[in-house]
Parts: sequence; C-alpha cells; structure tokens
Amino acid sequence: MSDLDQFRQETRDWLEANCPPEMRQPVRDEGDVYWGGRRAKFKSDAQKSWFEACAAKGYTVPAWPKEYGGAGLDGPQSKVLRQEMSRIGARPPLSSFGIWMLGPALLKFGTEEQKIHYLNEIAQGKIRWCQGYSEPGSGSDLVSMQTFGEDKGDHWVVNGQKIWTSYADEADWIFCLVRTDKANKYQGITFMLFDMESKGVSTKPILLISGNSPFCETFFDDVEVPKDQFVGEVNRGWDVAKYLLGHEREMISGADSGDRTSAIGAAMLRHTGELDTMLRADLAKFDVEALAYGAMGEKFLDEMKAGKGHPAQPNMMKYAGTELNKRRHELMMAAGGSRSLEWDSEETGGGKPSRGWLRTKANSIEGGTSEVMLNVVAKRILDLPGA
Amino acid sequence: MALFYDDDQSMLADSATQFMAEEGSIKKQLRHWRDRDCPDGFGHDLWKQFGEMGFTGILVSEEDGGLGMGNVEAGIVLEQIGRNLTPSPFLTSSVLAATAIGKGSNDLRGRYLPGLISGEHVFAVAIDEGAKHRPERIKTKAEKSGNGFKLNGQKDFVIHGASADMMIVAARTSGSDDDDDGITLFAVPKDASGLSQDAVRLVDSSVATHAKFDNVELDGDAVIGEVDGGRDVLNAMLHAGRVGAAAESVGVSAGSMDMTVDYLKQRKQFGKLIGEFQALQHRAAHLYSDVEIARAAVIKAQQLLDAEAESAELMVSVAKAKAGTTSNLSVREGVQMHGGIGMTDEYDIGLYMKRDRALSEFLGDANYHTERVAQLSGY
Repeated sequence: MSDLDQFRQETRDWLEANCPPEMRQPVRDEGDVYWGGRRAKFKSDAQKSWFEACAAKGYTVPAWPKEYGGAGLDGPQSKVLRQEMSRIGARPPLSSFGIWMLGPALLKFGTEEQKIHYLNEIAQGKIRWCQGYSEPGSGSDLVSMQTFGEDKGDHWVVNGQKIWTSYADEADWIFCLVRTDKANKYQGITFMLFDMESKGVSTKPILLISGNSPFCETFFDDVEVPKDQFVGEVNRGWDVAKYLLGHEREMISGADSGDRTSAIGAAMLRHTGELDTMLRADLAKFDVEALAYGAMGEKFLDEMKAGKGHPAQPNMMKYAGTELNKRRHELMMAAGGSRSLEWDSEETGGGKPSRGWLRTKANSIEGGTSEVMLNVVAKRILDLPGA
Repeated sequence: MALFYDDDQSMLADSATQFMAEEGSIKKQLRHWRDRDCPDGFGHDLWKQFGEMGFTGILVSEEDGGLGMGNVEAGIVLEQIGRNLTPSPFLTSSVLAATAIGKGSNDLRGRYLPGLISGEHVFAVAIDEGAKHRPERIKTKAEKSGNGFKLNGQKDFVIHGASADMMIVAARTSGSDDDDDGITLFAVPKDASGLSQDAVRLVDSSVATHAKFDNVELDGDAVIGEVDGGRDVLNAMLHAGRVGAAAESVGVSAGSMDMTVDYLKQRKQFGKLIGEFQALQHRAAHLYSDVEIARAAVIKAQQLLDAEAESAELMVSVAKAKAGTTSNLSVREGVQMHGGIGMTDEYDIGLYMKRDRALSEFLGDANYHTERVAQLSGY
C-alpha cells in the first residue's frame, strides 16, 4: 500500500469516528455554518464536536504547517482529505475569512510572531475576522481609498469609512487597508489589523434587495491602532491586498466547490415534475457550461498546486464562475415558476429561492466586478495595450 | 490524474506544435491544395510524414505496431491540426477508423493497420444518412448472402471518402431503423463493386462524398466486431472521434483567437490601437475565458475516456458541445474584429470560420450534444 493509500485509509477511519451523521447533511442555511469568534455559539452538539475534532487535528486548515495550527498536509494529501470529506458530504467545520483571506496573506507576508499568534487563533476559530477594503467612493477603483491613518509615534489614529464589510457587526477583528501616505497612490497604503472593540469603531448593517444584511458600513472615528499591528511593510499594503484579492477571487469563483457548477437539469426535473421544452433546452445548455466550468476548476487547482498557470487566472475563474452562478439562479427561478416568487411562505423556507437569486447578483460585483476582471485578463493575460 | 499534460505528453505537444506549424501550415497545405483544386483536399506526402513522426499510430496498440497511447495524445496532435487548419485524414483514419479496427479480428487488424501506421493508406467512416448526424437511426441494410453480406443504402458526409482505401460503414443487419441492436460495422474496400461516390467540395475545401451501396458484396471477414452487435464498436469509435473533433475545435478556437488578439495590437483607428478600446478588450477577454473552459472540458473528457470511466460519455458530449460553441464564437469575433480585411480571401481568418463550420457539424453539432447531455443526465 502506498503512503497515500494508507493516508486515505486513515482519513476514512478518522472521519468515520469523528464526523457525526448530522454534519454530513448539506448546509441548508446560514445557521448551519459555524464561523467561530468570541461570541460564537454552536447550533448543536454535533456541530461542536465536529469543529473541536477538526481543530484538534489541524483539519480546519489542513494545508497549513503544524506550528500554525494546521495539519501540515502536502498537496496530494490535501486532495485526498478533500475527496474523502466530499465523499461523505462532510460540512466544513469552520467558515472564516481568516482561513480564506487573511491566513494566506499572513503565511506569505507575516512575521514569525504574527504567524504563530494569529494563524493559531484562526485555526482554532477563536477570532472572527472581517475585511475592510471598499469605501463608499472606492469600489472597483480600490486604490482610490481615503481612510487615513495619521502617524502619532507609537500608534496611528485612523479615520474614515469602509463599506460592504461582510459580517462586520459580528466580527472580532478587522484586516483593513488604510492610507498612510497621501502623496503616494499605490505605495501609501498600510495593511492593518485591529480589534473591532477599539474605541471609535462602529458598524451599521446594510439591508440588501434580498432582504438580508450580511454587509455593513463601518466607521472609524479616531481609532487608535498600535504601530506593530500591520502586515508586510508600512506603505506597501497594496502588495498584500493584491495577493489577498487573488485568493478572494478564487474563493468567490467557487473553483473548489461543487454547488456552483453542478448540473441542474435533473434536479429541476425532480423538483418540478416536468420541464417545458424551452426550459429544458436552456437547462441543458447551462449544464454543458457548468460541467465544462467544473473541469476548468479542477484543472485550475491542479495547475495551481503544480505551480503552473498564469497568476491572473483567478480573475478569469472569478469572471466565468460568477456569471455562471447568476445564470444558474435565473434558471432556478424560471423552473420554480410562481412558487419561487414566494417571499415568506413556509414551503419556500421564507423565500429562499428568490432571496438566493437576488444574492447572486452581487457575485459579479463583490471582490471586483466582472468588468474589472475582464480588464485584468485583457491586460495581464492577453497583453492588450492601454492603461 | 492531474488535468494538464505530463512530461511525455508535453514532449509530444512540443513536437506536434513544431511539426504542424512548419509542415502543416496554412500556406504550405490548406491554401496550396485548395488553390490547385486538389481532389483529395489534403497532401499524401504530409500524411506519410505523419507516419514518420509516429502520429498515425497513436491510438493503435503496441502489439499491432502502434504507440498504444490514448485520446489525450491524439488530442494533442488534433489541437495543432486545428490551430494550423492542417488538412489530413488524421481524425478519420487515426482516430475513428483506428479505434474501430482495433476492436476487430486479427485478420482485419493485420490487413489495415500497417498501411495506416506507415501513412500509405487513408480510411473514411460512413455513418450519417442525411444532412444531420443521427447515428441512433441506421437504415442502410446488410443482408446475409452466402458466406457474406449484401450492402444496400446511402451515406452522406463521408469525409475523404473519395481518397480512402477503405471505409467503415455502419449498417443494419436486423431489427428496425431506430433499434439499438442489429447494427454491424463493415470494412468496405475502395474498389468494392456496387460502391459509387459523388464527391463534393465543402466550404472548408475538404472533400466529402455521398456514398451509394448498390448490392455491394462483402465477405464475412469484412465484419468489424460482432454481427448485430456493432453498436458498442460504433459508440467507441464515435466517442473517440467526437472528443478528437472537440480537441481540433479547441485548436481552431485558439488559432483564430491568437490571430485576432495580435491584430488588436497592430491595427490603428481613430489614432489608437484598436486593442486599447475597452469594448474590444472585454470581448477578447471573454473569448479567452471560453477557450480555456473548452480546453479543460476536452482534456477532462479525454482522460475519462482513456480511463474507461462511466462518466466519459457525458463528458465527451459536454466537450463537443462546448468546444463547438466556443470555436464558433472565436471565428465570429475573429472576422468581425478584423473588419473589412476579415472578409478577404487573402487573409487567413476567414479560413478559420469555414473550418469551424465543417468541424462543428462533424459527428454531431452543439445542439445534438447538448440534447445528449440532457438525456444522459436523465431529463
């Protein structure tokens, strides 16, 4: 038996012993997701025991080194773990912007002390992070941000406003882009970390067309941030931000998850009993695209692990994946007919189809609009001329 | 298996890329033979060079003198064929016919494979019986006659039929037209009496025939596989051919896209390079994204087919449908973005448009394969 086969067997045994049946059901709604943090509460004993078993084993962040709270798995082992977890339909034990975004940035740019401290906290789900990038006047043109950190010797005093800060009202800490040099556009931004309980931080949820408010406006009013709480170099936060955006785009593109790309024609037939011919044709065209995109996602991950592929490839994935996901929800609405319009009925779980459909409209806006993604592909991959 | 080429496959890709760009270039092959109104539509010398390079026998087993490689490797050659619009019998002979003959008797394999591997012989396949690909229905009949069979019927869109030394014919030996069972595949030699062909030049300057079978007498040993049990061999042949055509389409898409992107960087209008205009940048970037997705679908389908995976059939149809819509987009954008010059015969972009149309039609267009995806998915 090869080492990898043996690892697979051990993983199966471990999952069998540690993943409760309840944690092998598909995630139904936000309440099924565990985000960790100071104020976190487990929804059930099963959720608690699954999270704790994973955290102890390093399986909340399997590919991170052991000293930072991970399991130190290499590429092939990580793939085996992912395959085995998806085989039994295991839920992610912990969802976290710390894992998806800040972690990779710290691994690349953090000091050893920062890695030991923050990465372990993230792996153990102790601190819930949010991301402070966008500002009311700086969405797609992120680098135009105005939030300013004034140098006060041993600390900065930060003033400004962020917007679209996901779950800022539930987060413990924020990683945040702050202008520290007004004279320099790209090289005047510092990537700061600070506690959301600091004096002068306030948040206000934004009600969306879906009727939900996962996003907040976040205000900084003379917030004092100690001078050692930054990542990378002072005034070179843009490097960190760019790197992190690459990860975010990968995540939003859904390269690693089946649900955005899986075929829907058969599911819609089961759900609605019959399909009219025009809808059936649309579903089949979608399924061709979705299955092809799924292959692209797999190819992309394989290439990334092997160090091949173009660094701007995540932009392409983000563009194609989010446009596809929006189309998927349009089709689901069409297939559901009048039933999918119900906003508050019990049968629709309080309007899940329509709320979900409306939520996807943000996919091609958040994390960089589709138009910005196309600009990046045009310039960095196709090398087309112009600014 | 990772979804990119391993070291051996990368080496093959390098040599196929170089060979096709030099020997198989549009100027040396497609235009050359087209402008001479060549009745074959391709050059036999080049086909022999395919043999010398070892490409011809990629899908032939090592026991039969071939390289014993798979659909991924055949696709590597086909992508370069597509990129250079290289006219050759590779898809019909080395992919379709080789897959079918490989499942035939010792006698058949001994009779046909050496000529294929050396590039001496060319094979065609006769499947379609109308303007659209519909192999679920086979009307052409083969009735028992003595020790052999008598073949009657008509086939369309027989690519290279007029040049082929042998054509593989799908015929009905029992049952009714729409039955799955009752199909038999035959290897019909070029000089079989009762076989007549009308050769027609197609839009991409390839040559196809309408083949008529009027009491064509065949020996029992012309049968490939089992009598009445030919559907499996036919399907195996079609899957290899479809994923192969999809790989060629990816080559057409990429070749046409690269030409177009180059043009965007050279052509000036309104005092600017047209590639500076965001409207065109976005269309080019979208096209790039589509080509990458089609390429991934194709390699996934090739790998599944080589691994004889259950899901291969579904993915082959995904690949053929996706590659077809993508190459169609690529050539339409290509001609449009080239502007007036794109409409001229002198410029190559229009040749990509013609090839895309013919290739997309071959072995089922995007609609046909999208329908199959729905059926195979159970709706």
